[in-house]
Amino acid sequence: AMEGGPSARIREGDCAVLKRDEVFKAVSVLRRRKIIFEKQWFYLDNAIGHIYGTTFEVTSGGNLQPKQEVEETTTETKEAGTDNRNIVDDGKSQKLTHDDIKALKDKGIKGQEIVQQLIENSTTFRDKTEFAQDKYIKKKKKKYEAVITIVKPSTRILSTMYYAREPGKINHLRYDTLAQMLTLGNIHAGNKMIVMETCAGLVLGAVMERMGGYGSIIQMYPGGGPVRAATSCFGFPKPFFDNLHEFPLSKVQSLLSGTFTTETLPADPEDNALVEEESNGLSEEKQTSPQETEEEPTTEAAMEINTTEEQDTMDINAEDVEFKDKKENKENVREKQMKQWERRRKLIEAAALLREKNADGLIVASKFHPTPLLLSLLEFVAPSRPFVVYCQYKEPLLECYTKLRERGGVVNLKLSETWLRNYQVLPDRSHPKLTMSGGGGYLLSGITVVLDKSKSDSSNSEAQKMEEPSSKRCKLQDLPC
Amino acid sequence: MSFVEYGDTIKDGDTAIVFLGHESMFPVKVQHGTVTQTKYGVIRHSTDLIGKKYGSKVTCSKGGWVFILHPTPELWTMNLPHRTQILYSTDISIITMMLELKPGSIVCESGTGSGSLSHALIRTVAPTGHLYTVEFHQQRAEKAREEFREHGVEHLVTVTNQDVCKSGFGVSNIADAVFLDIPSPWEAIGHAKSALKAEGGRICSFSPCIEQVQRTCLALEEYGFTEINTLEILLRVYNVRTISLQIPDLGKAAEDISSTGFDSSSPSHQGSPCANLQQGTVQFKSGVPLREVVGHTGYLTFATKS
Repeated sequence: AMEGGPSARIREGDCAVLKRDEVFKAVSVLRRRKIIFEKQWFYLDNAIGHIYGTTFEVTSGGNLQPKQEVEETTTETKEAGTDNRNIVDDGKSQKLTHDDIKALKDKGIKGQEIVQQLIENSTTFRDKTEFAQDKYIKKKKKKYEAVITIVKPSTRILSTMYYAREPGKINHLRYDTLAQMLTLGNIHAGNKMIVMETCAGLVLGAVMERMGGYGSIIQMYPGGGPVRAATSCFGFPKPFFDNLHEFPLSKVQSLLSGTFTTETLPADPEDNALVEEESNGLSEEKQTSPQETEEEPTTEAAMEINTTEEQDTMDINAEDVEFKDKKENKENVREKQMKQWERRRKLIEAAALLREKNADGLIVASKFHPTPLLLSLLEFVAPSRPFVVYCQYKEPLLECYTKLRERGGVVNLKLSETWLRNYQVLPDRSHPKLTMSGGGGYLLSGITVVLDKSKSDSSNSEAQKMEEPSSKRCKLQDLPC
Repeated sequence: MSFVEYGDTIKDGDTAIVFLGHESMFPVKVQHGTVTQTKYGVIRHSTDLIGKKYGSKVTCSKGGWVFILHPTPELWTMNLPHRTQILYSTDISIITMMLELKPGSIVCESGTGSGSLSHALIRTVAPTGHLYTVEFHQQRAEKAREEFREHGVEHLVTVTNQDVCKSGFGVSNIADAVFLDIPSPWEAIGHAKSALKAEGGRICSFSPCIEQVQRTCLALEEYGFTEINTLEILLRVYNVRTISLQIPDLGKAAEDISSTGFDSSSPSHQGSPCANLQQGTVQFKSGVPLREVVGHTGYLTFATKS
């Protein structure tokens, strides 16, 4: 079956995700490779052959051992207080010292036993309420019990992981927003999709998962080549990549105007970047630095800019060296030529797919201003197909909405955002979680229709009337806000 | 056309969406010789629809026009005949992602209700997956079967007319995911567990009340489910409007105000194409929240069998 994917068992070479509580990390399963995760180090060797979803304990020497289900032993003397009127924070309730605890750990004593000892040596534990005891145990378990779960990668897990660990790399696209995109875009097997993203390949991976290897995807990319770091974490089977095409954004205009050729295209993504750097280095640099317009850019954003620029220069230097070596090495030249042919062939293929102008949808989630992307890329989409644009900020989408209205050829335009609230559900202790995410971005979605170019002016005003009743407009303008 | 495969042209027997304007549309079953009334006049299926491209503008008898759209589960959700309260696309999207559905997934659902979620599930698991949906109300089950036939997806779904709390899903050790939208989901957790594959899977339960969630979570724990997580997702829709605000008269001359660069000095207006200063007013584009929005649909509780 095309949708196959990884088997239920952990195999060498798999892409897997480590999980501890709510924290995730994507790794490749390799033998004798040290992994550091949540302040623990270990090897994955022993995990191979176990079923995904298995929870392991980290033993001394960094070995993994499937965790045995243990009966809670703390129930024997179930004693608890009713309130905290007599509990005083004197800092002396724990009889074990820091050194004692460290000694226990050094002896290689299991986390579970350390937690038991902490409870026994806490003078206030018995006086705490049942709920407070529960909370105390949970906190200590989290700190001392070295357990990890190995799970299969999925959009659910990887989008949660990226949003928590590296939101800057995915333009703060929250996972519920990504979920909306996949649904609003009617992503399913058999589609011919156009995807333009600068979210490390996460959005591409999500689309690939939903298409299950059926249909085709044309990824539009800025700069020298598509970024697919997150895509590779999904561990898709090889056939999924057979119908994955890529096309450089910088060639879109020439493709639309009919002047597109592959003559000027070099073989390698890296070479491509190099050429662009030589020909119009300035504009390239402008494109790669995020247009942060806040008055005081956050340190995070500043860091992003730095690393992007650093990487760019490093790439170029490395390329320069390789360039010289290449001249001396004929084998390399032939290899490069082969690669170039292959790349050109794929490019011609992608261009042909786009020229048909019959794509089943368009997904945009990038750091760029969405308006020019939409106005150009919608040309490649068939009528009566959905499109979805993500933007971290609302304002560019307001403009995009207005421009799309002027252009026509779209209906059912909707600007939206989702809010996500997580809950703690426990007997007598249910409430919304203390923190919720402040922002997960905005979406502009709609459906294409046949663009009536002859009388676009009149139809526009009609469309305006249809979708935005003038009476309503007046009312809102009158509102003092 | 079918709900799982795009087609270019409108054919006899298709379900198409007639789009009249913002939030104003309805589904129509395309049939030779049939006419459909709209407020812009009559649409004659044989001449106005059949053979035309989806997405075309169709001129009605009174000279007004409508667009004919290809059906999708999302458009269906907005237009389907309600036989029950339904799930909308915002909840459906997070359910689909959190249940890790994709082509080939086997899903169990109860109840079928009006089939809003069912259509979305079928779309996602096609062409190799399957939906087993259980509905205890006989007429509703039959109506759902009929719709699935009309929409060209009957091969992807099995509708069973029974009580899921008593009799389960009618399958065991087969599902990758289970979805419950019933009044007492805690009574179906055991059946859900046995419907799921031995190597594990995901479950989701939708409940409007927190007391239902409480009992469901306890049952999930009792049956050994892990990663139990309850969440709520809310949609905020914004109307794009051009707003003008009057500038207060503080006794200064009008040209004084413009020469101080009133709108360009404010960062929120920079680069905005509509921030032109008119006589005594400032105009800007805004995303205005709707006056009244859905504040609660239901809690979604997810868990893993492993």
